[in-house]
Amino acid sequence: MKKGVMRPGHIQLRVLNLESALAHYRDLLGLIEVDRDDFGRVYLKAWTEVDKFSLVLREADEPGMDFMGFKVIDDECLVRLTQDLIDYGCLIETIPAGELRGCGRRVRFQAPSGHFFELYADKQYTGKWGVEEINPEAWPRNLQGMRAVRFDHALMYGDELPATHDLFTKVLGFYLAEQVLDEDGTRVAQFLSLSTKAHDVAFIHHPEKGRFHHVSFYLETWEDVLRAADLISMTDTSIDIGPTRHGLTHGKTIYFFDPSGNRNEVFCGGDYNYQDHKPVTWMAKDLGKAIFYHDRVLNERFLTVLT
Amino acid sequence: MNSAGYEVCEVLSGQSFRCAEGQSVLQAMEAQGKRCVPVGCRGGGCGLCKVRVLGGDYRRGRMSCHHVPPELASQGLALACQVFPQSDLSIECLRRNGEGDKNNKMKQEVPS
Repeated sequence: MKKGVMRPGHIQLRVLNLESALAHYRDLLGLIEVDRDDFGRVYLKAWTEVDKFSLVLREADEPGMDFMGFKVIDDECLVRLTQDLIDYGCLIETIPAGELRGCGRRVRFQAPSGHFFELYADKQYTGKWGVEEINPEAWPRNLQGMRAVRFDHALMYGDELPATHDLFTKVLGFYLAEQVLDEDGTRVAQFLSLSTKAHDVAFIHHPEKGRFHHVSFYLETWEDVLRAADLISMTDTSIDIGPTRHGLTHGKTIYFFDPSGNRNEVFCGGDYNYQDHKPVTWMAKDLGKAIFYHDRVLNERFLTVLT
Repeated sequence: MNSAGYEVCEVLSGQSFRCAEGQSVLQAMEAQGKRCVPVGCRGGGCGLCKVRVLGGDYRRGRMSCHHVPPELASQGLALACQVFPQSDLSIECLRRNGEGDKNNKMKQEVPS
């Protein structure tokens, strides 16, 4: 958080059908529907999140990610980072307050990887959902499905990893938490963090820019991950892989698809970092174990199915 | 599966399988253990199961315009997970030449 970028705040996904997407994210993942807007977008949040929304769904002709937003500490910081982005050579688009309902002014830029990101300082503080502000109970009793705890991170596929790393570390204050290197020492995967978390955003090298691999939501325990897997079967949801453990980050995980083919992850556990930690390195030749710690073999679909 | 439904034939592999009313071509293929079309997201989004429908009637579900541009839909281009047969169908798997998937190693499953 060296530059004032605090955490992932939201992600806007394109879906082919809004109602089936809503059934997936609300009823299966257990996100809370909080609002809709005149563009037909639906806003959701996970119950422990303090701001109004973290996931925005938009119906479109192709699935994928429109943008991912990071919250910065205050408006002064937003102004400073905007100038830093411009000085670095980024094209900036300012989106006025209220374009996303309840969110302040957003500053959007495109990373060299082709993905759109944005920064914002203000979003309506609605508090954790379903629990009181004073003497809060452990959890709300009327959560649905997987009872997702929070929007945690997203993984992007694209090229220009070094330039993207540069932008995220030098301008935005992320640090490299974990990486995958090939035999030549070229970084083919980079996990970037703002906090003690294993990752807040990650990039894997792919020849085509701007592709989306998955959006990830945090669960509390391994038991919750198994329960999520049960729900995936009960709803005949298309599964990708898991439940298993990652080598990278050591998180316990399951991957599946929303009805439009956007990949989702729910996970628990995983490594932590402090400022004195060195980046963790995996070798590309051991990518099978790095990604799927138990099978130690890559599921090709995991590498090639993108939206 | 019994004889109800429609016969779907993938011409490159010569494999055929039965598809029930309301079932997608990809669902039917997977249910019968055939592997003539690669399976991705099963949601019309990722483009992995792209096929050309060579003959027969079918209903189309929603599919990503990134993989199936509307102008090509009339030429039978489709994603098998979103093709719902309404007669016997012959399809051709287009996986070998699909764009944007150059590093997909599943292509070996499609005989050339």
